[in-house]
Amino acid sequence: MSAARAVRPVSVASFAQAQNVRRDDQRNEVEGLLPVIAEAFGAIGITKDDVDFICSGSTDYLVGGPFSFVMALDAVGVWPPRSESHVEMDGAWALYEAWVLLQEGKVDAALVYSFGRSSLGDLNEILTLQLDPYTMAPLWPDIVSLNALQARALIDAGKATEADFAAVASRSRRDALANPKAQVAGDIPVETLLEDEYVVAPLRRHALPPITDGAAAIVLAAGDKATRWSERPAWITGFDHRIETHALGARDLTASPSTAKAGEVAGVAAGPVDLAEIHAPFAHQELIVREALGLDGTVTVNPSGGALAANPIMSAGLIRIGEAASRIAAGQADRAVAHATSGPCLQQNLVCVLEGA
Amino acid sequence: MADSEVLHAAHHIEYPYSRSLGPVLSAFMTGLRDGRLLGVTASGGRIVCPPSEYDPDTGDDVGELVEVGPGGVVESWAWVSTPLRKHPLDRPFAWALIRLDGADTALLHAVDAGSPGAVATGDRVVPRFRPAGERVGSLADIEAFVPEGGAV
Amino acid sequence: MTAATADERGPVTTLATPIALDFDFTPGVAQSRFLRGLEQGKFMGQRCSVCGKVYVPSRGTCPTDGVPTTEDVELSNSGTVTTFCVVNVPFAGQSIEIPYIAAQVLLDGANLSFMGLIQELPATEVRMGLRVEAVWVPEDELAPSLASVRYFRPNGEPDADYETYKEYL
Repeated sequence: MSAARAVRPVSVASFAQAQNVRRDDQRNEVEGLLPVIAEAFGAIGITKDDVDFICSGSTDYLVGGPFSFVMALDAVGVWPPRSESHVEMDGAWALYEAWVLLQEGKVDAALVYSFGRSSLGDLNEILTLQLDPYTMAPLWPDIVSLNALQARALIDAGKATEADFAAVASRSRRDALANPKAQVAGDIPVETLLEDEYVVAPLRRHALPPITDGAAAIVLAAGDKATRWSERPAWITGFDHRIETHALGARDLTASPSTAKAGEVAGVAAGPVDLAEIHAPFAHQELIVREALGLDGTVTVNPSGGALAANPIMSAGLIRIGEAASRIAAGQADRAVAHATSGPCLQQNLVCVLEGA
Repeated sequence: MADSEVLHAAHHIEYPYSRSLGPVLSAFMTGLRDGRLLGVTASGGRIVCPPSEYDPDTGDDVGELVEVGPGGVVESWAWVSTPLRKHPLDRPFAWALIRLDGADTALLHAVDAGSPGAVATGDRVVPRFRPAGERVGSLADIEAFVPEGGAV
Repeated sequence: MTAATADERGPVTTLATPIALDFDFTPGVAQSRFLRGLEQGKFMGQRCSVCGKVYVPSRGTCPTDGVPTTEDVELSNSGTVTTFCVVNVPFAGQSIEIPYIAAQVLLDGANLSFMGLIQELPATEVRMGLRVEAVWVPEDELAPSLASVRYFRPNGEPDADYETYKEYL
């Protein structure tokens, strides 16, 4: 295994996600998580008693109620008392925390999950609350507008065109036709997409992610468990995340130095990359991340359809890792890169390198 | 259980936060109330506006506050044809990252340009402050920026 | 650094940043069944298929075993006070007179107690083991809300033996 630094081999042993839908009206967070966690355990024939650590990612702002992550533990069953943690981040960062714990070598398996129902409130208001509360949030800029500023900066810098954004959307939703969990899929040519109305110019409807209710779970394993639970383990060989300033106007929005640095530390360039699952909720972001990771045209990007096919907030990053690992486990790829992002306009980025045997 | 049996309820929450500002943002907000814009000197002599308590790249201490603007240059913009309920303007406008004269970073604000053809990257804009008696020390003391020389 | 200003109000030292958000909340299947039960003047719980415990209200899962609770159970209108407090402190929005009794009530047949108001009893006479029954609002006022239960009152039965509720303190 090639890696930028010595790591204890940890594999993504199992992955499950909920059916991604515009609104799951029938179930609360716990009821939505239950079958996902059951599927992740069931696929490798284990129970909650086989994992030593539980870590979740979610945000209470989505549901408008406090400590939803505590109630979500009802979906696991934490008796006898369990070792557990939570991050107010996408589940990809929860996975990072679990991976770090597994690096210590004291435990061999962890359950990581994330959940969120974006349909309950207004994301254009809720996501404003992640911004600087003194100089940005009081004006209530919405997430679509901020991404439109980033897309405009890319166009003005000569790095991309609206047709490039449409090409990302067209390919993503065409690939999503093969993803049974996708929310938005279809074979629509670029020329047709370019007839879409602007939501916030220069972003047209197709360049935006859907609003999604969803959940996802991953089981991480090391040691004997990793080889026992997987015929072809998807080993994590490099893992890092980096953040930039929250001050949007102090960043070059046309580049992602935090992705580049995380990719460097994770060792993306240490070997050939077969496929990449990039967490780019807005079409233009994929172009920035590809450049930052140095991925050329030979790399298959987002065969799942990516976040343009389903964007369950707090889970869409974790799902990228699960999708990449699933393709390694299935023998469809030998070396993959998974990326997750958080914050406005790619402020914070996580890169995970996965390899087959 | 049929759809109709799962209940719904309108749920409204409010967080009536009042934030203390600290010396740098206090000066910035006081400046806005007085009708002027301030930036702060950061590493390498860079002027950061809106100012922060620390250098946004290095985390180092910042130096003196200096007046910037009031005019500036649009670095990027996005056209909102249908304003949302909490947006600063209730008619179509542009969000813009505006690098004020003398500053090295950009401020986010609304540009009241009238139509998308009236704003472009590189354009000069100036702030339209609310009347002095209505200003409280907030970025909302600037109603919007407007194209320089062609205010809407 | 000082915020020099000619304004007689002095420097601006705070910023009001009020946040108001609207949600269309859905409680899910299990909690909806509980609330629909209240609308019919009864307590509906759910039983865990692994440990057999009955939760009221149920969130659709057994928090011990992590499995769905699929068996609906109608519970008794009577229960036992497991613990209580006498509230003497007024608070904003209070709709009842102090002192009043807030108690954990373990409904007969349930394995989870929940909080209820005790009335028709002097505050000095409440005790652990007190047997109580729910008093509901008039039928035409029943709603899918805990407000359908006006309060609990003594049901006249002898106090419950400590052994019957000691697991629920």
